[in-house]
Amino acid sequence: MYSDWFAGLIGGFMIGIAGTVLLIGNGRIMGASGILGSLLERANSNEQLERILFLVGVFSCPLLFLPFWDLSETNLTTNWVQLVSAGLLVGMGTRIANGCTSGHGVCGISRFSVRGIVATCFYVMSGVLTIILLRHAWGLL
Amino acid sequence: MKRILLALTSGCLFGGGLLISGMTDTAKVQGWLDILGAWDPTLAFVMGGAIIPMAVAWRYSKNKAPLFAENFPTPASQKVSRDLIAGSVLFGMGWAIAGLCPGPAVAALGFGGKGVSIFFVSMLIGMLAAKPILKRNRYALEV
Repeated sequence: MYSDWFAGLIGGFMIGIAGTVLLIGNGRIMGASGILGSLLERANSNEQLERILFLVGVFSCPLLFLPFWDLSETNLTTNWVQLVSAGLLVGMGTRIANGCTSGHGVCGISRFSVRGIVATCFYVMSGVLTIILLRHAWGLL
Repeated sequence: MKRILLALTSGCLFGGGLLISGMTDTAKVQGWLDILGAWDPTLAFVMGGAIIPMAVAWRYSKNKAPLFAENFPTPASQKVSRDLIAGSVLFGMGWAIAGLCPGPAVAALGFGGKGVSIFFVSMLIGMLAAKPILKRNRYALEV
């Protein structure tokens, strides 16, 4: 009964509705890296509480689901060198590019933003090349 | 107050959607990028499922105002900058190494154990480290 693509479609639709709520309600773009970055950098912004509550939702909702539907397997590497370097690259990259999979990907592509489409092409290509090099050429992942 | 409740609602839907879609499973994300191995198309369905309602929302936003704000974000800048490309390349590298991006990192923080926490803290440090670079190039700070 459970199929990956169907679950992907349903979960994806929920993500799209999440972006719709934030856009139509609050007039904001749902970008995870932008929300985290602004929280770190703009101490005086009057939208800080909204950002915190958004993140509280993202953090806690999966915890409410898990007792009924165990999707807790992350298959994440335990190699801390990989974890730290990946985290630093994702943090720096998304702030320099000013967006990640949610901001540039979901919200950008859906408004036919050239920047969103270009960013998505580059991070996907970069990711594909990284997997080819690290997994298939060097056997590290 | 309404804005705060909507932000919480949006966050819940986002976190729940990321979990259900399988995006907190790094094997699925790395599988999507692994075109030479056991390629996993799940991420394309997630993107498709998310983009459809968002495209409707953007269409609605034309000539209208948000419910609880003055106006919608200004039309997307079309400027493809060096920062946009360089940043996306760096992000893609990190995304591939761990199989996590910022949204799923927050969604998995509560149940993903020490690994997700290490990634998350490193990501925040990376975000802070990017600030001086962004200061040099002022364009690019809004979204």
